Amino acid sequence: MTGQIIATYGAAICLLIGSGFVTVGVIGLLKFDDPMTRLHAPTKVGTIGIGMLLLASLLHSFALGESSMHELLIMAFLFLTAPVSANFIAKVNIHNRSCETPPPPPRDDTWSTLNAPEDDAPVIAVEKS
Amino acid sequence: MSAATAFLDITVMIVFCALAIGQVLSMVRLVIGPTYGDRILALDTMVINALGLVVVLGIHQGVQIYFEVTLLIAMLGFVSTVALARFLLRGDIIE
Repeated sequence: MTGQIIATYGAAICLLIGSGFVTVGVIGLLKFDDPMTRLHAPTKVGTIGIGMLLLASLLHSFALGESSMHELLIMAFLFLTAPVSANFIAKVNIHNRSCETPPPPPRDDTWSTLNAPEDDAPVIAVEKS
Repeated sequence: MSAATAFLDITVMIVFCALAIGQVLSMVRLVIGPTYGDRILALDTMVINALGLVVVLGIHQGVQIYFEVTLLIAMLGFVSTVALARFLLRGDIIE
């Protein structure tokens, strides 16, 4: 019985922490003024915020007496895919030149996402800054 | 036990409100976002917030059946984010 009470309180505290991170991340998405800075905030929503909500779901299933470990699967999937999608969005920002172009790499001429062949030159020129 | 359950119910309501406010604010960024990257990022955040809403709904009702829904939303959100970004990067999704 005591274990159930502790698990219920733990689930509630995890929910509060997760909702706090979600709120802060979304406010950051709305208020920052640079595309790369805006990219920073919502990645916290994807990892810590949703991770805490899934941990609360795990603890709540223990409190109900029907324990399940399914949530760990979703957590692992989210932790694997969140950096990949953030990296893709950063590449879109560099490609569209909507942020300050990073300094050139030491070995190649330019970043591969900016390195367009001659045929694609008009496509690059049309794109919105 | 009843005090803990009452505390959990209040907390679940707070989380519902926070996630709903998050959806609305992400939608504002989706509309005003000056660049394409911001719009993709706002859509990704909205998918993740919807996933959190489904998880919290499962806690609220005390059932386990929302697990599959959550996993499907997570996979679809990742694939759609990557497809949109790849379309902007390469002009094509599958080359």
